[in-house]
Amino acid sequence: MAKITLDNLAHSYLPNPQKEDDFALKELNHDWVDGEAYALLGSSGCGKSTLLNIISGLLIPSQGRVLFDGKDVTTAPTADRNIAQVFQFPVVYDTMSVRENLAFPLKNRRMDTAEIKRRVQKVAAMIDMEAQLDHKARGLTADAKQKISLGRGMVREDVNALLFDEPLTVIDPHMKWELRTQLKKLHQDFGHTMIYVTHDQTEALTFADKVVVMYDGRVVQIGTPQELFERPAHTFVGYFIGSPGMNLFDAQIDGNTARVGDATVQLDGNYAATGKTQLGVRPEFIRLSSGGGGIPAKVTRVEDVGRHKIVRLDVAGTQINAVAGEGEAIPADTDRITFASGGVNVYADDWRITPRGTAA
Amino acid sequence: MNKTVNQKAWFLVLPVLILVAFSAVIPLMTVVNYSVQDTFGNNQFFWAGLAWFDDMLHSDRMWNALGRQLMFSAIILAIEVPLGIFVALNMPKKGFWSSFCLVVMSLPLLIPWNVVGTIWQIFGRVDIGLLGYTLDALGIDYNYTQNTLHAWITVIVMDVWHWTSLIALLAYAGLRSIPDAYYQAAKIDQASRWAVFRFIELPKMAGVLMIAILLRFMDSFMIYTEPFVLTGGGPGNATTFLSIDLVKMALGQFDLGPAAAFSLMYFLVIMAISWVFYTVMTTLDKRDGK
Repeated sequence: MAKITLDNLAHSYLPNPQKEDDFALKELNHDWVDGEAYALLGSSGCGKSTLLNIISGLLIPSQGRVLFDGKDVTTAPTADRNIAQVFQFPVVYDTMSVRENLAFPLKNRRMDTAEIKRRVQKVAAMIDMEAQLDHKARGLTADAKQKISLGRGMVREDVNALLFDEPLTVIDPHMKWELRTQLKKLHQDFGHTMIYVTHDQTEALTFADKVVVMYDGRVVQIGTPQELFERPAHTFVGYFIGSPGMNLFDAQIDGNTARVGDATVQLDGNYAATGKTQLGVRPEFIRLSSGGGGIPAKVTRVEDVGRHKIVRLDVAGTQINAVAGEGEAIPADTDRITFASGGVNVYADDWRITPRGTAA
Repeated sequence: MNKTVNQKAWFLVLPVLILVAFSAVIPLMTVVNYSVQDTFGNNQFFWAGLAWFDDMLHSDRMWNALGRQLMFSAIILAIEVPLGIFVALNMPKKGFWSSFCLVVMSLPLLIPWNVVGTIWQIFGRVDIGLLGYTLDALGIDYNYTQNTLHAWITVIVMDVWHWTSLIALLAYAGLRSIPDAYYQAAKIDQASRWAVFRFIELPKMAGVLMIAILLRFMDSFMIYTEPFVLTGGGPGNATTFLSIDLVKMALGQFDLGPAAAFSLMYFLVIMAISWVFYTVMTTLDKRDGK
């Protein structure tokens, strides 16, 4: 187990990167605290897997260093890093039985036979495959194979970190839930540093203590699920996390007021904003009203998704979403929206800014 | 569903039937015909029963040719398969050099058999051939026309030169179909190079390798042109393989009856071995599917 430090790390797949766009992973400094569970969240192609492969040593970064507990391992081969990694698509050794597959990483480390047996048995119970231990791996279904891949990742107890690269993509939904719970339990039992790559926000938010959101090769925010929800540091975080995502209103910021179209919105602090300024408001913080103050809006559709209702509104040509409780009636004469206090974030050029005189 | 019965549809199959009849069935039946008859010339034939088959089964000549043939096929498979795999494993994975290797390696496969024989026939000559002259200059008494061992070595090296590419290309295709994740997972699991080969590459290549072995076995078992051009079956009968012997018997000595019986048995042997291969391959597939 180790603290993993990324120091000035960046990677480009081009031999000679010139400008920032050439980098698949933009410059990054971060400490992965020993024993925490992280989720690496972002849409496809944003550099998540690149980052993971650099940590595990499958890829050597173009610049910067990777440190395990302060020891430079940037160019060290995977074998020296003692890391377990599980990939998106199942990798099993076809000609081996399930038992041999699970024992393989231990055997390669010349571990004692009795110890191998004990751990294989334990992992088999964890992935619920005790009955199939002596089957050949080649005949199994895709999700059984992926469970074996997961098992091979978990069978080593002394690893520095456990990395998961979207491991549950091919697994059935009900099994997904179960395996994720197992992973969480494994984390609690052994306290490994875990990094879990996914593009599924539910998976990220339920699995991790800290969520790292990546966008376009850059880490845009690292925070607890609550921080990501309440204070998205970048408009992408607001849009990506939450269902539906955060609403954005183009606005002119002037001190503690913002003008959205013809309406004026009171802000809870003094902002000095330049560039493209926007207000970000989550659907949960939008209140519907009729007459009086607020931003003119027209209800276009109401969708009942079971536990709550999603109200689609038209505000000066852009679509805005609001969330209303299941029992709540949507008045037919709704023509205004207002923002609940504490639910408004101010963005300048897509990055969240804080009021003057306060810390982030 | 109701099937429409229309006997006229048979006419659609007729062209194929006629073609196959003239190209395969009728010639084969002619051979069968010869194999059960004897003649003293004058185009007069009379019934001989299974006498020729009996003769052939007790003929040292045929058993010796079969022995040489099996030894030849076994030796070239034992060299070409591991060598082909080794070459495939060491070929560049992508880029210019990978295409370059593919083209260079395909070249021997494109050369006609008799040209291959001629190339090696001249290559091995002590007076003007590069190989023969060099060996001679090095003080090695090399002479493939006189020395049985040298003749065998030359024939085998020629076949290896001609056909290893085929195995290498098929193995390479098999290797390319393995996703990167397998190699990455193996690195994470700290698998040795040998373990990667044994547990990832070999199982993934098994299918194409079986086909490669089957193709090479059949081809080598029927080999005629190359050794015929190179050694003419000599020295003595040292490199007279089955088909060379068959042609000698049928066209050289004009012993049509024994030659026909011989070729039918030859045909059956190839059928039998191919059937075994086929059965093994399909059971392997079934095991995969389960």
